[in-house]
Amino acid sequence: MVGIVGYGSYLPRYRIKVDLIAKQWGADPEAIKRGLILYEKTVPGQDEDTITISVEAARYALQRARIDPQKIGAVYIGSESHPYAVKPSATILIEALGIGPHVHAASYEFACKAGTEAMYVAYSLVKAGEMEYAMGIGSDTSQGAPGDALEYSASAGGSAFIMGKENIVAEILFTNSYTSDTPDFWRREHEFYPRHAGRFTGEPAYFKHIYNAGITLLEKSGMQPKDFQFAVFHMPNGKFPQEVGKKLGFTKEQMEVGWISPWMGNTYSGSSPTGLSAVLDAAKAGDKIFMVSFGSGAGSDGFIFKVTNEIDKVRDLAPKLRDMLDNDKIYLDYGRYAKFRKKIILNE
Amino acid sequence: MITPRYHREIPQRYRLEAGKCKQCGHISFPPRLVCPKCKSKTFETVKLSREGKILTFTIIRVAPEKFSKETPYVVAIIELNNGVRLTAQVADCNVDKVAIGDKVKLVFRKIQDEGKPGLHCYGYKAVLV
Amino acid sequence: MKDVAVVGVGMTKFGELWKKSLRDIFVEASLKAIENSGVDHIDSMYVGTMSSGLFVGQEHIGAVMADYLGVAPVPATRVESACASGGVAFRQAYFEVTSGQSEIVLAGGVEKMTDGADVTDALATAADQEYEVYNGITFPGLYAMIARAHMHQYKTTREQLAHVAVKNHKNGSMNPNAQFRSPVTLEQVMKATMVADPLRLLDCSPVSDGGAAVIVCSVDYAKKLKKPYIKVIASVQTSDTIALHNRESLTALKCVSAAAGKAYKQSGLKPSDINFAEVHDCFTIAEIVVTEDLGFFEKGKGGQAAENGSTSIGGKIPINTSGGLKSKGHPVGATGVAQIIECYEQLTGNAGERQVKNAKYGLAQNMGGSGASCVIHILEAV
Repeated sequence: MVGIVGYGSYLPRYRIKVDLIAKQWGADPEAIKRGLILYEKTVPGQDEDTITISVEAARYALQRARIDPQKIGAVYIGSESHPYAVKPSATILIEALGIGPHVHAASYEFACKAGTEAMYVAYSLVKAGEMEYAMGIGSDTSQGAPGDALEYSASAGGSAFIMGKENIVAEILFTNSYTSDTPDFWRREHEFYPRHAGRFTGEPAYFKHIYNAGITLLEKSGMQPKDFQFAVFHMPNGKFPQEVGKKLGFTKEQMEVGWISPWMGNTYSGSSPTGLSAVLDAAKAGDKIFMVSFGSGAGSDGFIFKVTNEIDKVRDLAPKLRDMLDNDKIYLDYGRYAKFRKKIILNE
Repeated sequence: MITPRYHREIPQRYRLEAGKCKQCGHISFPPRLVCPKCKSKTFETVKLSREGKILTFTIIRVAPEKFSKETPYVVAIIELNNGVRLTAQVADCNVDKVAIGDKVKLVFRKIQDEGKPGLHCYGYKAVLV
Repeated sequence: MKDVAVVGVGMTKFGELWKKSLRDIFVEASLKAIENSGVDHIDSMYVGTMSSGLFVGQEHIGAVMADYLGVAPVPATRVESACASGGVAFRQAYFEVTSGQSEIVLAGGVEKMTDGADVTDALATAADQEYEVYNGITFPGLYAMIARAHMHQYKTTREQLAHVAVKNHKNGSMNPNAQFRSPVTLEQVMKATMVADPLRLLDCSPVSDGGAAVIVCSVDYAKKLKKPYIKVIASVQTSDTIALHNRESLTALKCVSAAAGKAYKQSGLKPSDINFAEVHDCFTIAEIVVTEDLGFFEKGKGGQAAENGSTSIGGKIPINTSGGLKSKGHPVGATGVAQIIECYEQLTGNAGERQVKNAKYGLAQNMGGSGASCVIHILEAV
């Protein structure tokens, strides 16, 4: 039996409402909110980045796992906003948390699914018997180009999962990945903002990969959508995950708890992992969770989890995602948001 | 290039490692070679508590170049639960609502950048609890 | 151990001296001191300067100044103790004379702050670089934290801080060498731009260029020169933790009270014997705390004293008749020596409109950083 022994999430306290972004660029706020089902998003503080967010999320995961950090054999962080282009974010995280130095560390990159990649590899190493524990983290401070559709959703946050064989909180039953060369969204080296292919990001990219990864996962497991209590999908906005979930045969009720994008935005590599974290905060022993991520370029990673009764022991050992999402929010105006996100040209 | 200087301070800035005097128990942060209380020279490594309270503070409105885009920001002298004091920014707060005696916890944040091409420099800041 | 005298003084105007270099400024002040003292040579010299390296890229200051003053090959030593560099330079001259090692020693201080260097960064090197400055504190910020704690503990008010600035500007308006020579009103101080809560622009000493120098010799030698001289009857120096957060108290400066105790003992005087004092008002709160820790007022009552005129000329104990760092200016390395010069002018009856009547004993207190080093001298009129 291999699975999650500790999990944790971190969201910055700053928010900006979609209304303000729409007004800035002369768009109709109500149409945007209706069309994308997005109301507000998280914004990282000037002193926060993928590494600081990962450290706090991982700290909470360690609090829940209650293991000696020295026993972690690998740390992987998936992001599309690693602070260094060359120097893995995990090298700094391990020093902050007292992990290592006898540890393997690496950065993963695959647009919005880099987090589930990190989780998959961490899980696989433990399953293969290579090490006792491994950590996979999905974390981002994603950047949306000013005036572009993605500016409404690009947000910040992250979640960390420690995989192990003992005291498992959620067993991983099946996994499946599906990848192809589908250039729906990318960023060239030295470009500040990513680019995307508009409506092409829908059917041929997001829906195709999640659907195929999902269907194959169900076949592999011999299970059907009705066997699951929860379903979590990558959330580029509020609308897409509801549609793809429906297409796969899941209900709104099953997706409810993990559907957090309308208030969080799209935390890119942190998206479905943070949805999973919200689900774990609410799940009971025996519950089954269906999760499929999506990363542009493109690919999807699917997981089936089964929650154990260990969840009751760890749930309250660290802050819950919903509390971080709903409470102690600091709202920004567009000017402060632009300053925080370094969208203003400085005299450097 | 501040790399060697920065690298030496990592255990302190990331993990709050301090030196506890084996003779009198006084904790020095950062660690040092001579105990300021009893002048002894033997220490053991301890980690500071991450929780404490504000003893005094100020709101910086005119900042050095490195921090000039972050004003106004609060800097405070904080006393941690094990009696050790340090100087740190108070992040994510309404600068007009900070008071002496406020309880805080220390979190991991980016403190400064060594210019555009240089190192990202991390460390501790406080947040109100 | 010989009795030590100060027999000639000289200083430049303090301010933005665009046309004068670091060397020009030091030489100008030194030449004035030498001429006023009547000596025809010096045996040794000390130059107090905090950050010539960061401000103008020049170290090896002793050699540079001996060369430019035309006194090579005399021994020339640069002294550094942040803002107390000048006072500590004076103390070295005192040692060299009292020990009999040299007869005539020049003690000078100089700083050239307006040549384009980042002043905030340079001044911050007086604090703990890795554990205070790294985290974003500034110099005004450190004193602002002391101010807030003092206001919290002793109910010192914002107005009381402002009174210090008003008084010092009034005094400075009577000092031809001061950087700022116009008075300021209480309202101007209270409404000035906020720098670090609660300190505003007019609570802070300015960025200045300037130089100051004095000639130190034995009392016997001074008598032979037939020029006005004063006696140095106490010289004390102390140190404390570099970081403010490691001090015993956040509202008291132990380096000051410890040095003051020793200085009174050395001179056989009590605080009430002192007729006036030049203290280190890098910020208004500093003057308030220092006057308490020098024993002039009960702990916590320094603010009231500034408010009720006790520290004005004509008051119980005039503080900073020169205008202090606040109005006279604060070319860092020169300040400690300029304080000695004001004591000399007062004790030789030469302070013009600023004159304290019947001045017999004067005290000069110079301090480095947020109170990590302190040097006190007590001077006596003859």
